[in-house]
Amino acid sequence: MADPTLFEFLHTEMVAELWAQDPDPGPGGQKTSLLVLEGMGFRVGQALGERLPRETLAFREELDILKFLCKDLWVAVFHKQMDSLRTNHQGTYVLQDNSFPLLVRMASGLQYLEEAPKFLAFTCGLLRGTLSTLGVKSLVTASVAALPSCKFQVVIQKP
Amino acid sequence: MSRPAHRRPEYHKINKDLFVLTYGALVAQLCKDYEKDEDVNKYLDTMGYGIGTRLVEDFLARSCVGRCHSYSEIADIIAQVAFKMYLGITPSVTCNNASRNEFSLILDKNPLVEFVEELPTGRSSLCYCNLLCGIIRGALEMVHLAADVTFLQDRLKGDKVTEIGITFLKKLDEKKYRRKK
Repeated sequence: MADPTLFEFLHTEMVAELWAQDPDPGPGGQKTSLLVLEGMGFRVGQALGERLPRETLAFREELDILKFLCKDLWVAVFHKQMDSLRTNHQGTYVLQDNSFPLLVRMASGLQYLEEAPKFLAFTCGLLRGTLSTLGVKSLVTASVAALPSCKFQVVIQKP
Repeated sequence: MSRPAHRRPEYHKINKDLFVLTYGALVAQLCKDYEKDEDVNKYLDTMGYGIGTRLVEDFLARSCVGRCHSYSEIADIIAQVAFKMYLGITPSVTCNNASRNEFSLILDKNPLVEFVEELPTGRSSLCYCNLLCGIIRGALEMVHLAADVTFLQDRLKGDKVTEIGITFLKKLDEKKYRRKK
């Protein structure tokens, strides 16, 4: 059984190393690193999705799936529930975490605001990957107004 | 909430798999980025080093180990306390030389490779778990102990066991004092 802190340490190191590696530090290069992190998160999310208990795969409605992500998945991965879930009932959901564990150690407030997206890319992928295993295609982005609070925006892609 | 969701066994499993799966995704990504196995190995070692330098603080804070008086004690602590705390396994320790500065950790079980059946084709020199070597090396350096840490045997490469070799080099402090003279 791997200790939860190991994931946090690994994640921090991945962000640091993948960023340092970038030959192009401008906005174009940054995008590549974010995509790589997001892609890795996606793979992990897919794999986690496959490990979920059977009954979770029999969701009736889209909203149930999102509620599941906010409660069960978030608790399993981050040991806490998402703090709020809002939707426009037209396929867009905003999940808010007021104390996101991967940001909590960094700072409070506006310091490191620019760095925050790097620490959210993997988790965006994780959400997208889990949704994919549950049969939902989506686009997931994240935004931070003030650490350690962040919002994940999930937009369901209709076929 | 009527039932404590985080206590359900399925979610415990998800959490323990998270690190192993993330590590797998990382190795896969590195294999994409680097053609040579040596480069992937080196990168994993470097990342592990970075993690080790920070992990050691977490370890010391949570384990309350006292001061060590021999390399043998340190090897025991790595195997019986650190590995147990972070990976839930206890490798056995053997000492490999008379001067008692070379040790081996024999891993019977290795959680990192739980989902790995075999190394990918064309990757026969890949040290899949090289992150561990870097972590041990980085952690030791933070407590002023220089060491070489490598995989001596690897089940994924067909060996019977997975064996990590730790060779303690001269203490960093000693070198400093000698130069000051």
